Amino acid sequence: MAQLFHRSANAVARFTIFGGVFLLAGLGYVGWIFAHSSFMTGENVYLKQPVPFSHDHHTAGLGIDCRYCHTSVEESNFAGIPPVATCMNCHNIMWKREDMLAPIREAYAGGDAIQWSRVNDMPDYVYFDHSIHVRKGMGCEVCHGRVDRQPLIRQATSMQMAWCLDCHRDPGKYIRPREEVFTMGYRPTEDSRSMAERLLKEYDVNPGTDCGVCHR
Amino acid sequence: MADPRHEPSTAARAALRPPIVGPGHTPTSVTDKIAAVVTAGTPRWWFLGAGGAFSLLGIFAISVFWLFAKGPGIWGINNPVAWGFAIINFVWWIGIGHAGTLISAILLLLKQDWRNSINRFAEAMTIFAVACAGMFPLLHMGRPWRFYYLLPIPNTFTLWPQFRSPLIWDVFAVTTYALVSILFWYVGLIPDLATLRDRSKNRFAASIYGLLAAGWRGSTRHWHQYEVASMLLAGLATPLVVSVHTVVSFDFAVGQVPGWHTTIFPPYFVAGAVFAGFAMVITLTIPLRYLFGLQDFITARHMENMGKVMLATGLIVVYGYAIELFIAWYSGNGFEQFMIHNRITGPYRYSWFALILCNFVAVQFLWSSRVRKSVLGLFIVSMFVNVGMWLERFVIVVTSLHRDFMPSSWGMYTGTIWDWATYIGTIGLFLSLMFLFIRFLPMISIFEMRMILPEAKNAKKGA
Repeated sequence: MAQLFHRSANAVARFTIFGGVFLLAGLGYVGWIFAHSSFMTGENVYLKQPVPFSHDHHTAGLGIDCRYCHTSVEESNFAGIPPVATCMNCHNIMWKREDMLAPIREAYAGGDAIQWSRVNDMPDYVYFDHSIHVRKGMGCEVCHGRVDRQPLIRQATSMQMAWCLDCHRDPGKYIRPREEVFTMGYRPTEDSRSMAERLLKEYDVNPGTDCGVCHR
Repeated sequence: MADPRHEPSTAARAALRPPIVGPGHTPTSVTDKIAAVVTAGTPRWWFLGAGGAFSLLGIFAISVFWLFAKGPGIWGINNPVAWGFAIINFVWWIGIGHAGTLISAILLLLKQDWRNSINRFAEAMTIFAVACAGMFPLLHMGRPWRFYYLLPIPNTFTLWPQFRSPLIWDVFAVTTYALVSILFWYVGLIPDLATLRDRSKNRFAASIYGLLAAGWRGSTRHWHQYEVASMLLAGLATPLVVSVHTVVSFDFAVGQVPGWHTTIFPPYFVAGAVFAGFAMVITLTIPLRYLFGLQDFITARHMENMGKVMLATGLIVVYGYAIELFIAWYSGNGFEQFMIHNRITGPYRYSWFALILCNFVAVQFLWSSRVRKSVLGLFIVSMFVNVGMWLERFVIVVTSLHRDFMPSSWGMYTGTIWDWATYIGTIGLFLSLMFLFIRFLPMISIFEMRMILPEAKNAKKGA
């Protein structure tokens, strides 16, 4: 009877066995890259907004405090999106005929709200509270990046659970004095670790990593 | 050929221990007989049987589809009894697998050569039973595509699974078990796959078997490496016989619920597993040896030996039941006493009495060698045990959970039609795999049967 397999079958068999290992490792690597890509996380993604509001211009340029618009950030889980009335405080006298601002004026006239595209959107199964983070000395910058340098706002971090836990496991890496929470480009003036130890004690920071801390 | 000087001793041995192969067989006749099951045409009963099995598999597909569409709410699970059928069936299936590993590994190391005609079949049963068992934890998740949460792999949460939970130990125990069982089974199949390759009449079948035989030519070096690999895998599989069901029992024993939190669980579960497994081997062997006319290879002695193992392990299980009763009294613990009282007189008392009937009363008939030698008798007892071991897990899971410490959390549990459909569906999965196995692979190890022929033994002694 003729041979079932050609001599080359030996080489093919060896190649597929060893190749399989590399293929699996390669697939794992691709999966890892994919899971961390901005396609999956939304990190660094800019969304189209009805009005191209520039945080850069309004904060760094004009020196407006974060809390002028995000009024509830110190008291509520939600930082607050300003009503158009807040915009109109200034824009009924300056740039009042600008085309770019037409949606603001129309919404104001009709008593409507602007449908902003939400950039930092936590999943619904995550409980997040802005006020406690602000109280415990977490700067806006830690999560939102240099807002003063973003003409259009983008999601500054991956917002994956690993990122949350990175800080919850060691908040000392990111803590700052309460007075500096709204500062952009903050640099610690003293040795950062000893300051962190002091602040962690002073602010009674123990965020915990139990499931129930965030998944309530 | 046989050396005449050894004839008397062989005859004397045969008188003491009935032979494990029918008389008049040669290596060629053994190979012909077993390989013919695969290489000959498909018998009509196979189509009937496989058709039935695939229909049950269809029920499984429907119930899984409905489960994914609706979620685990279609099952009867509720707040006191959060596990229900899923864990009962999981433990039942995993337990059934244990006989295969015991036969293939422990009996190999103990040189019990009567195992050679049932090990292939029992190992296949192990793998298929583990496959069925694995379905239940996956389905119980409700989102089985998230199963990888259970594995300690790099992830975007930077979290490990909860290593303190016995459920994670289960994942390791069962995946190890499945992997070693598959490897052991496949390695043992290689020489027989080569036999089938050489005997296949069409080139396509020959290529498939040839691919799976991985270039086996039966050289001395091949046999030497085979023996080493087989012994190593047997060594790896041996602790698994004990460890897997021990870990499964931890699912209960580590919990605090009365009726679960006992130290007797690991040995009692392991014995129960082997007990259930042998019952299933007997249930499956009896019709198959009849249908394929393999009584020469799976002889009355095999059936009797399996009956004895079932009796021995059954008695250990009954000892476990007795100790549960004793400890409830001896501990003086009110919750423990209430649990036993509720088990025997509560709303699920029927399941407890049925359990005693199946696992205690029915098994006592095996003391009689007439019953052990009667095919019908063994079959009936093994069916009782199959049911009894399912009831045992039902009793443990449901009666312990439905009335725990706080009367405010008491409740009742009944399986819904979907619970039953899923359970019957996995029986369909098991039978479908079994029918495919007996059609396409040799259900008895051909080369291991050749090794236990009288002439092979004499050749060994003569050397």
